[in-house]
Amino acid sequence: MLWSDLEKLGRFWDPWREFERMQRSLSGRTFSSSAEFPLVNVWTSGDEAIFTTEIPGVDPKSIDISVVGKTVTIRGSRYPENLSEGASYHRRERWTGQFTKSVEMPFSIEASKVEAKFSRGVLRITAPRAEAEKPKKIAVKSD
Amino acid sequence: MAEPAKEVQKKEAETPEKGELTRARRIFSPAVDIIERKDDIVVVADIPGVDDKTIDITLEKNVLTLYGRVEADIPEKHTLCLSEYGIGDYQRVFTLTDEVNREKIEATVKNGVLTILLPKAEIVKTKKISVRAGA
Repeated sequence: MLWSDLEKLGRFWDPWREFERMQRSLSGRTFSSSAEFPLVNVWTSGDEAIFTTEIPGVDPKSIDISVVGKTVTIRGSRYPENLSEGASYHRRERWTGQFTKSVEMPFSIEASKVEAKFSRGVLRITAPRAEAEKPKKIAVKSD
Repeated sequence: MAEPAKEVQKKEAETPEKGELTRARRIFSPAVDIIERKDDIVVVADIPGVDDKTIDITLEKNVLTLYGRVEADIPEKHTLCLSEYGIGDYQRVFTLTDEVNREKIEATVKNGVLTILLPKAEIVKTKKISVRAGA
């Protein structure tokens, strides 16, 4: 920013707001500010994708995972506890209900080899890349 | 779902007023339900990634602090291609009133959900005020 620009903005220019704006634009690069529930992280390598999501308190048996082509879809639910008579909520911040989330992977998935693990409230799905789509190494011959 | 999906975000804990943490990591504030029952108060917190070995609950005077350490399980030789949530520890602080029996606080962790049972003190349980009719 040029100092001469300051005059144009006059007294409305707030250096702190400017600083916050820069910080936001930087952090937005690594973490998207918000997304649809549940939040998902996806890691990929040449031949597999790892999908993780935080869904604490969900019964592992009720989690439904389906894979079609490139898309992995998870479904699940968590219901509030039945309150006994005379009990009441003072604070209620935790989510309840059903959820569905679909994430498209960068490549097709070998649906028969997908593995899922649920531990400490974190679901981790390992999805191998379809055999037909795996990158092939090409050897270079030399004379 | 008929309604448009609600956008969510993991809530980051506020920076402590005094000093800084010795470890450089992000700290999140877990979502909490507080339920008052007849004989106790139940605190339920979502702390995915934390188990009984990595949770730390301390009671100092009136202040109940829960701290969950998360061992980030980052796959090796993989690159992050979509990141919607950050990984970090959990911390939340509550102030208790005298109605809690401090000796009998119990806590359990299951599937990333922490449940703390705060039993009510005997005196509080039987608090009944009789009203006399005025002359």
